Amino acid sequence: MQLVANVRLRLGSLDLAIDLDAKAGEVVAILGPNGAGKTTLLRCLAGLQPIDDGRISLGDVVLDEPATDTFVAAEHRPVSVVFQDYLLFAHLNAVDNVAFGLRARRVPRNEAREQALEWLARLGLADHAQHRPAMLSGGQQQRVALARALATHPKLLLLDEPLAALDAATRTSVRRDLRDHLARFDGVRILITHDPLDAYALADRVVIVEAGAVTQAGTLAGIAAHPRSRYVGQLVGTNLLAGTITGTTFTTARGATLVVDAEADGAAYAAIAPSAIALYRTPPDGSPRNVWSTTIADIDRAFDRVRVNLGEPLPLTAELTTAGLAALDRHPGDAIWASIKATEINTYLA
Amino acid sequence: MLAAMATTSKVPPKRRRGRRRSLPLPVLVLALVAISFFALPFVGLLWRAPWRDGWSLLRSSDALDALKLSIVCSLWSTAFSVVFGVPLAWLLARARFPGRSVVRALCTLSMVLPPVVGGVALFFALGRRGFAGQWLDRWFDIRLPFTTAGVVVAQTFVAMPFLVITVEGAIRQLDPRYEDAAHTLGASRWYAFRRVTLPAIRPALIAGAVLAWARALGEFGATITFAGNFPRTTQTLPLLTYLKLESNPPEAIITSLVLMAVSFAVLVALRERWLGGIVRPPAG
Repeated sequence: MQLVANVRLRLGSLDLAIDLDAKAGEVVAILGPNGAGKTTLLRCLAGLQPIDDGRISLGDVVLDEPATDTFVAAEHRPVSVVFQDYLLFAHLNAVDNVAFGLRARRVPRNEAREQALEWLARLGLADHAQHRPAMLSGGQQQRVALARALATHPKLLLLDEPLAALDAATRTSVRRDLRDHLARFDGVRILITHDPLDAYALADRVVIVEAGAVTQAGTLAGIAAHPRSRYVGQLVGTNLLAGTITGTTFTTARGATLVVDAEADGAAYAAIAPSAIALYRTPPDGSPRNVWSTTIADIDRAFDRVRVNLGEPLPLTAELTTAGLAALDRHPGDAIWASIKATEINTYLA
Repeated sequence: MLAAMATTSKVPPKRRRGRRRSLPLPVLVLALVAISFFALPFVGLLWRAPWRDGWSLLRSSDALDALKLSIVCSLWSTAFSVVFGVPLAWLLARARFPGRSVVRALCTLSMVLPPVVGGVALFFALGRRGFAGQWLDRWFDIRLPFTTAGVVVAQTFVAMPFLVITVEGAIRQLDPRYEDAAHTLGASRWYAFRRVTLPAIRPALIAGAVLAWARALGEFGATITFAGNFPRTTQTLPLLTYLKLESNPPEAIITSLVLMAVSFAVLVALRERWLGGIVRPPAG
């Protein structure tokens, strides 16, 4: 069983062009900023939004292919969804919510209830079967939503931001439980999230979607090592510069240059950890090959660390301790000297 | 901290006793004026009511027949309003078609139209020589004017819009993603409508049905124009009341009180039910 989706869709200002495949037993995370088209992609896979062009197939069944006028409606697809805010039916208790899909498929009432109770027990909710969604905690609601989605035995399970509706205190434990429950389902699993922690904890593979297109795919570790967009750079907390490399000289799109360690030629990215950038009040001497003067654009404070955003010619972010900033005694708008060692700049061809 | 806030927020906050005093005095005064404005007519009726021989007056007159007819007809027109009004509300809320606002205006016109005008219009449309009525008569042998069925038609004509606008508003407020969720679980459109949409709009449906029923029960103008005023077939309680006001005022007061008591009892009884039945989905 394999999902192969080539989605082409224009919807309002969104222009979606995404190619995606996922195998049974695999958890693929679609990671991207808000408005990138993640949820629209999910709606296309679920059959809630027909595509303009392309093809979606699951196993050997074509679910949507405008060219051949094929479209399988949502209610006939072997696809289940755990929605962002769960969308549990408020007028039904937990067991009837879980039994809903079975009842819709004409499973007799008693049998449907029995199966639903089994699912609830499997997810540790046997005691809450008679409770309405309003009486359940966020984590419990999520498990009911998961039970409801799994009870119909789908071949493809879609999860839309399954942890976004939870508060920070419960998210960690719910995330761990979700991983265990997901591991027991053997179909294709697609997880949509904007949180790299979710992707890291739950997914085998990550697909980065930005502005309706895939910008990067692979394991999260691989993506973190070689970010290829500003968004991914911010996601993994590193500075990312795009430019060209000639020998050991990296030139940014705006014409600033850096001396780097590795030798290469062509369009390239340079990733620089914020902690690798050193700041000084006066011109430093010693070994760093990259030293320049700039101004402080602004300063973000977080616990014991501060992030100093530098101005032109290299708009990088440096990280230092609160004590370090105090010793520096510089404020936004002030002039400052910055340096990076050539060996701290991670370059790779685009 | 956040978890604690989430759990405590489910308990409704207790109101302090002294809170009510903070109501601004002008608001209070005007509200009291409004209440007495609604209460005074009741008091007027109760004051003039012939209490001593009320029951015998009621028994001897046509009032019980008229009451029976009123209740039966108003319940039928409520039923028709629900059966046709809910799909109409659905169409107005969800379907996108050109001229939707014109259709909506047309379907709620009878709410603002003087009922007599509605009755005249019905007569020229469904009367024996009417635009559509002549075919009903010729093909199906159906004659609506001056029949009990005509009363139901007239009442439905003026009452249904109350249900339509109430239910349409509720459907508009409903998050369509709940229906999406039902579809992904294998529910057909009809199954999702029955099991998800209808329960979600139930409070509005009940409220709309009560409004429509109350409007039908009190209907006068369209009924007397379209269905006439024949005892036992088309003479509803409002019609009888109007008639008796000329011939026998004490009886008119009695029939008015009966009408008022029935409406009041139903409104009070249902108000508990439709407010108590609402379980709001959790926010977020």
